[in-house]
Amino acid sequence: MPSSIVFRGGEKSIYNPAGNTAFLDLKNIVKSYDREVLNVRTLAFERGKIYGIIGPSGAGKTTLLRIINLLTEPDRGTIYFEGRPIPPNGPARLALQRQMTLVFQKPLLFSTTVRENIAYGLRTRGYSREEIKKRVSALLEQIGLPHMKERHAGTLSGGEAQRVALARAVAFKPKLLLLDEPTANLDPANVELMEKMILQLKQTMEVTIIIVTHNIFQARRLTDEAVFLYDGQVVETGETSKMFTSPRDERTQAFIEGRMIY
Amino acid sequence: MPRLLEGILEAFTLIIRLDPELIKIVFLSLRVSGAAIIISTLLGFPLGTWLGLKPEKKTALVNKVIYTLMGLPPVVAGLVIYMLLSRMGLLGVLGLLYTPVAMIIAQVTLALPIVTGLTMVGVRSRGKEVEETARSLGAGPLLSAWTVVRESRISLLGAVVTGFGRVIAEVGAVMMVGGNIEGHTRVMTTAIVLETRKGNFEYAIGLGLILLSLSFVINAFLYRVQRGGEVHL
Ligand SMILES: Nc1ncnc2c1ncn2[C@@H]1O[C@H](COP(=O)(O)OP(=O)(O)OP(=O)(O)O)[C@@H](O)[C@H]1O
Ligand SMILES: [Mg+2]
Repeated sequence: MPSSIVFRGGEKSIYNPAGNTAFLDLKNIVKSYDREVLNVRTLAFERGKIYGIIGPSGAGKTTLLRIINLLTEPDRGTIYFEGRPIPPNGPARLALQRQMTLVFQKPLLFSTTVRENIAYGLRTRGYSREEIKKRVSALLEQIGLPHMKERHAGTLSGGEAQRVALARAVAFKPKLLLLDEPTANLDPANVELMEKMILQLKQTMEVTIIIVTHNIFQARRLTDEAVFLYDGQVVETGETSKMFTSPRDERTQAFIEGRMIY
Repeated sequence: MPRLLEGILEAFTLIIRLDPELIKIVFLSLRVSGAAIIISTLLGFPLGTWLGLKPEKKTALVNKVIYTLMGLPPVVAGLVIYMLLSRMGLLGVLGLLYTPVAMIIAQVTLALPIVTGLTMVGVRSRGKEVEETARSLGAGPLLSAWTVVRESRISLLGAVVTGFGRVIAEVGAVMMVGGNIEGHTRVMTTAIVLETRKGNFEYAIGLGLILLSLSFVINAFLYRVQRGGEVHL
């Protein structure tokens, strides 16, 4: 009986001498280009929640997502994924990278059919043909484009393309889904559709979602927890509703009230 | 002018009769330039893709070199390969001068920069984005590179066709290193030079017509591909 308590967290393991059990944990991540654009001392994400990363343009939001997705190498620091530090290279790194995916601010669809786009991540993971077919059809249904299976991706509208990019990202059921401004270029109807789909994901899959947005209202609608990033630094984290009603930091407050000039 | 008309008529008869010597020359041309473009593609695709995925700043010097070589005059290529392959040259012992192999080598020096350069430009336009999208979707290094190649297929096809068009029509390099030996290293362009000099216009015109038609087919194809923007390969 007590064993169930022992594993609740806080124990030390060989992977994680710090004894940290967060799903994703960033420690002392620093990235500079011509100047320092990101300096995150510590930032932890729990499994199954939706996180919002908010902050003004240039705050380092995209850089942060790219570092988490292992596309950009930080100058310093360690990322712990499920308690283990992500190795700098090798097959173990690829294996970890395959548990997460990033939908870019301006997603790129491959110049082939919608079907092949959605199937891409499944093919790289060696899914069977029947399974691929099944999942692609189900996803097309979910994003409301069942008739567009054979359409060339280049002929889609912006909103349709964004939905296909989301379907492609969730097809292989990643543990961690990173969304960079998923609705920035969409009209209100499509924004609503995308938001609905994102909320549905939380119910249908075991997934942790991190959404970058500069729209505080969207963050409020979608996210459980919020991270306010300013000038490369984490200024404030906490429950989204609390952060918006009673921000602790002056800069957070300024951003929320729209007083922040950027 | 009657001379020209007469020549064209006789040229057509030569082509229709499938004149054996004419056919031989055409086939050697296709074989030499075909081999050159295949080698250039096998080397130029990976090289161009690799360069195209690097930040432009880091490859500035290489870019300039490649662009310069893309305009390399065929006679200069011929001269260099001639010196390498001639008896006193670095590779003289191989005894390749005045063989089709020498012609292929010379044409590779002309086609490789074109294939590499155009591949690089094609990949650069959206290669980095494609690579990162592929990696983010779980592709390893090889598969993401392959995806980049697939996504740039229109420019890559253009690179190959342009390279082929250049070498099949060039005369300087094959003349210098091949020597225009009848039945051995005589190709369409060198034959045209020779027959014109000899006054055998019908022969020269016949070959000229074949070259022109080839060029037309190649360019029509390229135009279609680039217009349509899509080729299902
Ligand atoms: N590859 C790069 N080279 C140089 N500077 C870069 C590079 N990538 C990002 N930066 C800089 O880092 C800073 C943070 O960029 P980032 O894209 O992370 O901002 P962001 O918070 O996503 O902004 P936005 O809301 O406008 O998308 C910016 O000043 C940007 O110019
Ligand atoms: Mg951004």
